[in-house]
Amino acid sequence: MLKVEETQPVEFSSALVEKFDEIVSRYPAGKQKSALLPILHLVQAELGWTSPLAMDKVAEYLNIEPIEVYEVASFYSMYFLQPKGKYVLEVCRTGPCCLVGAEKIMDHIEHKLGVKEGEVTADGLFSWRGVECLAACGYAPVLQIGPDYTFYENLTEQSVDTLIDNLKNKQDLRQ
Amino acid sequence: MGRKLLLEHINVPGINTLEVYRQKGGYRAVEKALKTLTPDEVVEEVKKSGLRGRGGAGFPTGMKWSFLAKPEGVARYLVCNADESEPGTFKDRYLMTHIPHALIEGMIVASFALGAKTSYIYVRGEMMPQIRILEKAIAEAKAAGWLGKNILGTGYDLELYVQPGGGAYICGEETALLESLEGKRGNPRIKPPFPAIAGLYGCPTVVNNVESIAAVVPIINDGGDEYAKVGIGRSTGTKLISASGNLVKPGVYEIELGLPVEEFIYSDEYCGGIANGKRLKATVAGGSSVPILPANLTLKYANGEPRLMSYESLSEGGFATGTMLGSGGFIAFDEDQCIVRNTWNFARFYHHESCGQCSPCREGTGWLEKVLHRLEYGHGKMSDIDLLVDVSKKIEGNTICPLGDAAAWPVASAIRHFRDEFEWHVKEPVKSLSSNYGIANYAVPIEKKVEEVKQDNS
Ligand SMILES: Cc1cc2nc3c(=O)[nH]c(=O)nc-3n(C[C@H](O)[C@H](O)[C@H](O)COP(=O)(O)O)c2cc1C
Ligand code: SF4
Ligand code: FES
Repeated sequence: MLKVEETQPVEFSSALVEKFDEIVSRYPAGKQKSALLPILHLVQAELGWTSPLAMDKVAEYLNIEPIEVYEVASFYSMYFLQPKGKYVLEVCRTGPCCLVGAEKIMDHIEHKLGVKEGEVTADGLFSWRGVECLAACGYAPVLQIGPDYTFYENLTEQSVDTLIDNLKNKQDLRQ
Repeated sequence: MGRKLLLEHINVPGINTLEVYRQKGGYRAVEKALKTLTPDEVVEEVKKSGLRGRGGAGFPTGMKWSFLAKPEGVARYLVCNADESEPGTFKDRYLMTHIPHALIEGMIVASFALGAKTSYIYVRGEMMPQIRILEKAIAEAKAAGWLGKNILGTGYDLELYVQPGGGAYICGEETALLESLEGKRGNPRIKPPFPAIAGLYGCPTVVNNVESIAAVVPIINDGGDEYAKVGIGRSTGTKLISASGNLVKPGVYEIELGLPVEEFIYSDEYCGGIANGKRLKATVAGGSSVPILPANLTLKYANGEPRLMSYESLSEGGFATGTMLGSGGFIAFDEDQCIVRNTWNFARFYHHESCGQCSPCREGTGWLEKVLHRLEYGHGKMSDIDLLVDVSKKIEGNTICPLGDAAAWPVASAIRHFRDEFEWHVKEPVKSLSSNYGIANYAVPIEKKVEEVKQDNS
């Protein structure tokens, strides 16, 4: 569901625009729309989600209609149309992972974080959701965390606890 | 030990770097192709090799290349399909992570053969770490003169780029992939025209799987005829198999096509048997889209002969008693696994991933998911089982792309071989929530089963 939230006005830094320019240079002249998916990834890495105002800015940059950006962002599962926790734990929920305990891992995460799938923890740090096969079925159960999509494989309840605790501590250190 | 053509040097430290890859003979195929062969001669070697597409459909690669239209003054493209999203398949990720230069070398040779001056590797967006690995490897190759302008002084120019997807299984379908690469939703195109005529930006385009492209390297190094000597019959060469589920040693294995399935599952060289001392109940041999088989039909044909890991042998018996090699995603189910639950899980996957263009797929996958959900959770009726068969038949063959078939086949085959387990879920709705149907006689050797049936009938 596209639930549009109020957002701050978005300005892309010149460093970011430089990256956009490099991406656009990979395609023939006039085919700059090909840069849309990679650019949306960069935007999400920067803002934590692809906000409506950011999407409008991307449309402006690529010289395409805003609807062309919305329809793409809403089609692909990686783009967040609403703000999420700082760390989104995406656990594979597909068959092969379930053969070796992925469902138990998801139950455990839900319990440990105290929020349902898709919700954000009160401190704004975590969300989690089930996603489809991540092409790592031989190392199941697995989860990934954006924006760099680091993989965590052969998960156990203990390793998930350690991971979540480490992310929390890392946060404390930064503050 | 089986021959290794792709993963021979996988355990060499630093093989992910250009330097070590070169020391192990890397980029010889580029030298040979660009300096001593014409593009058509490269295509000819690939034809001779008998290589069949490793992305799932098994279409002969050399033939596909020879279909590429070559109108004067129009750009041609090679696009590598690294979308790898078929449940049970993770070989391309493995190859790109550990030997990225094998793919890049293959891309250069294949691009040269097709006359492409710009090529793209479309990698599923979740594989950001692999995207970084490939970009680093491309930069290394370019700095060393294997990419860019006037490669090896031959006058051939090539630029290679990595394109991330956005998270959508359907973008593995080649025309959806091209739409996505053009910055659009991943809706498969109506064919014809085929990409060989009108692909990326309307130009002639070849789309090939990561493993198909990497296989071009040994084909050019050793010659197509040598490659064709490996394997069995029309299943030439080696294949990367992704093994997952309840196995002692899940992982990626390079096998010579023709290896007995039994040896693949049980020998220590490969999967090492079923985990935790359990028995094998069923397998999905080629990724989630291919028919599921009970253990006995996995290991042997209905006539009792051993089944082999090859395109022909896995499909022996047709859909009645066979399956398909598909993408080589080999999923093993032990005696504690519930076939109904897994079938529901896969149906949910296809419903989630349907692009929604055709109503039989959009609506049908939703029905399959819903009905299987109620069977799994104890609310099913006996008539639901036939309803599932009916819905899957109505999807099959009535859609723009093969995702519809891919959603229908697993359901139809699960009911074909495990109907008693589905019926048990209806008869024992409470018990089926807390316990499993078990292995029943799915592992009983075929010959015995046939005898039993004869006795029952007499
Ligand atoms: C729904 C669907 C998903 C697919 N996913 C992939 C994929 O992830 N990787 C792949 O190489 N081919 C995939 N294919 C097959 C491609 O359409 C195409 O046949 C293949 O990339 C051709 O390359 P090959 O001839 O080298 O196998 C998929 C097909 C369908 C219908
Ligand atoms: S079969 Fe399904 S996925 Fe394929 S085009 Fe039709 S709706 Fe889309
Ligand atoms: S099923 Fe979980 S990674 Fe493939």
